[in-house]
Amino acid sequence: MNIVVCVKQVPDTATERKLRSDDKTLDRDAADGVVNELDEYAVEEALKLKEAHGGEVTVLTMGPGKATETIRKALAMGADKAVHLSDDALHGSDALSTSYAMAQALKKIGFDLVVLGSESTDARTGVLAAMLAERLGVPQLSLAKKVEVNGSAIAIERLTDYGYDKVEASLPAVVSVVEKINEPRYPSFKGIMAAKKKPVETLGIADAEISADQVGLANAWSEVVDFAAAPPRAAGTIVKDEGDGGAKIAEFLASKKFV
Amino acid sequence: MSEVLVLVEHVDGDVKKVTLELLTLARSLGAPAAVWAGPGYSDAAKAKLAEYGAEKIYVADAEEITGYVVAPKAELLAKLVADKAPAGVLVAATAEGKEIAGRLAVKTDSGVITDAVGLGEGFVADQSIFGGGVNVRSRVAKGTPIVAVRPNSAAPVATAGAAAEEKVEVALSDAARAARIVERVKQEKGARPELTEAAVVVSGGRGVGSAESFALIEKLADSLDAAVGASRAATDAGWYPHQFQVGQTGKTVAPQLYIAAGISGAIQHRAGMQTSKTIVVINKDAEAPIFEIADYGVVGDLFQVVPQLTEEIEKRK
Ligand SMILES: Cc1cc2nc3c(=O)[nH]c(=O)nc-3n(C[C@H](O)[C@H](O)[C@H](O)COP(=O)(O)OP(=O)(O)OC[C@H]3O[C@@H](n4cnc5c(N)ncnc54)[C@H](O)[C@@H]3O)c2cc1C
Ligand SMILES: Nc1ncnc2c1ncn2[C@@H]1O[C@H](COP(=O)(O)O)[C@@H](O)[C@H]1O
Repeated sequence: MNIVVCVKQVPDTATERKLRSDDKTLDRDAADGVVNELDEYAVEEALKLKEAHGGEVTVLTMGPGKATETIRKALAMGADKAVHLSDDALHGSDALSTSYAMAQALKKIGFDLVVLGSESTDARTGVLAAMLAERLGVPQLSLAKKVEVNGSAIAIERLTDYGYDKVEASLPAVVSVVEKINEPRYPSFKGIMAAKKKPVETLGIADAEISADQVGLANAWSEVVDFAAAPPRAAGTIVKDEGDGGAKIAEFLASKKFV
Repeated sequence: MSEVLVLVEHVDGDVKKVTLELLTLARSLGAPAAVWAGPGYSDAAKAKLAEYGAEKIYVADAEEITGYVVAPKAELLAKLVADKAPAGVLVAATAEGKEIAGRLAVKTDSGVITDAVGLGEGFVADQSIFGGGVNVRSRVAKGTPIVAVRPNSAAPVATAGAAAEEKVEVALSDAARAARIVERVKQEKGARPELTEAAVVVSGGRGVGSAESFALIEKLADSLDAAVGASRAATDAGWYPHQFQVGQTGKTVAPQLYIAAGISGAIQHRAGMQTSKTIVVINKDAEAPIFEIADYGVVGDLFQVVPQLTEEIEKRK
């Protein structure tokens, strides 16, 4: 099975994240770039499916040059090779442009299964799996907490507001996974060493047949009008329980008219 | 006046509160037109939509629409966008709502904004990003504005609408039938307000210790007419069902009041509740990061504090 796993580099959520004042895009230099943690579950699931059914796992990342760090991590976990979609023309792409560019790259790479994380911790749109399924004309098997492949049949358990849905389809398909699905492995020392020798192909927009007028900040379908740091929360009142903690909270709630 | 399509969220035939909020927001942008997708449409539903200002109701209540993952609803909306040329489309920013919006955006070559917490003239949307650290205003630059709006972003205001009904038939494409839903597994929990819509949320974490002890959290919630939430530690342990998880990979909530008991406040938890108006914390560790965002916090044992709080609230009723 030919599996492509989409992995994004994002600013570390533990550090302060900013937008750039010049073009209102994510400031990628302000924070350390890390693997979008939800994509580690996608990599793990891709590796598990490969272990069970054979085939190959290709990492696909769209992002600037420094996103290679992220690619190496996925390779160290055990992916076989990577495609790095990287071009200055892609800077500032929104969800529509990103899905278009990634769909073009996926058509070039070829796939039986595309695996994504449920969302990226920076953009948090959670729409890419749906958009890719739409663009590629293949089944959308998103928000999976369980994936089973049997020949060309694929079944997932999709998280919903009320529990989950059992969903069936056939390959090729797009899957996105939630963090309940598995426990991502840590790269071993051997894995890290091996990753250095694994092939990483860099694609520019022309290589992936991406039209320049469909990507990048100037062509985005949505735009930031303006932004500002949120006013800091006023410091709260913290008390130690002296046997009356519950009563004190009730008083506070009453003062705020909650009770 | 152009129409503004509002995709109706409904459960067992009941219109959800978020839809009333969306209809209220739509009113200032055009003529609200509710879109009912899937079975369950009734006179009661119609009356509710009319009460909150729906000028039109497009009814596509074929069973088939809910038989497949997301795509049929996007096809239905795309057809309406083509036929009616609305000023914009509003959906609820639930996980599924965002996916519908995403597919619709591709189909109609339009921009999409997800997780709006406010919406103004020209469909300019307010968003709160980076865990509540930055407020952004954004807009759609191409096509029909498609905006996924978070529950609790506006107070629903009743005003009568004409609610003219129009039946809509969609011939689903093969692509829309590609992911078949073969079974729905419901893990309901009581008759409490819906988590993302509730004005008050009481959440429990690892500190609660067991499934049985979640009864304490439920009792406090009931005294406040609140929804119950849980941290990932609690849902992973199986103490509470996953759909009640609050956070990065659970629900995003922004209630008037959020009470966190036995939750440390990991960044992934905060991502889902940081924009709550008032935050109350009960935790026995004074160093727990959740205290940093608390309006009122008690350093203490939740097994003492929570029952006392519940009792005090009941007394004051
Ligand atoms: C990819 C990913 C996604 C995630 N998504 C989410 C998410 O959506 N939501 C989420 O919540 N987490 C999420 N997490 C997990 C998150 O990182 C934390 O592990 C989790 O939130 C911790 O839950 P907790 O606060 O209940 O437990 P802990 O961090 O263990 O905290 C328990 C707290 O309870 C207190 N306590 C214990 N006993 C008592 C008592 N008797 N009385 C009072 N206080 C007591 C302790 O002092 C402690 O502060 C995610 C993690 C990852 C990696
Ligand atoms: N630039 C990117 N490169 C590779 N994968 C991406 C990129 N952006 C998003 N993804 C994938 O899409 C998922 C959902 O992202 P999003 O829709 O941005 O929340 C992520 O978990 C990744 O798997």
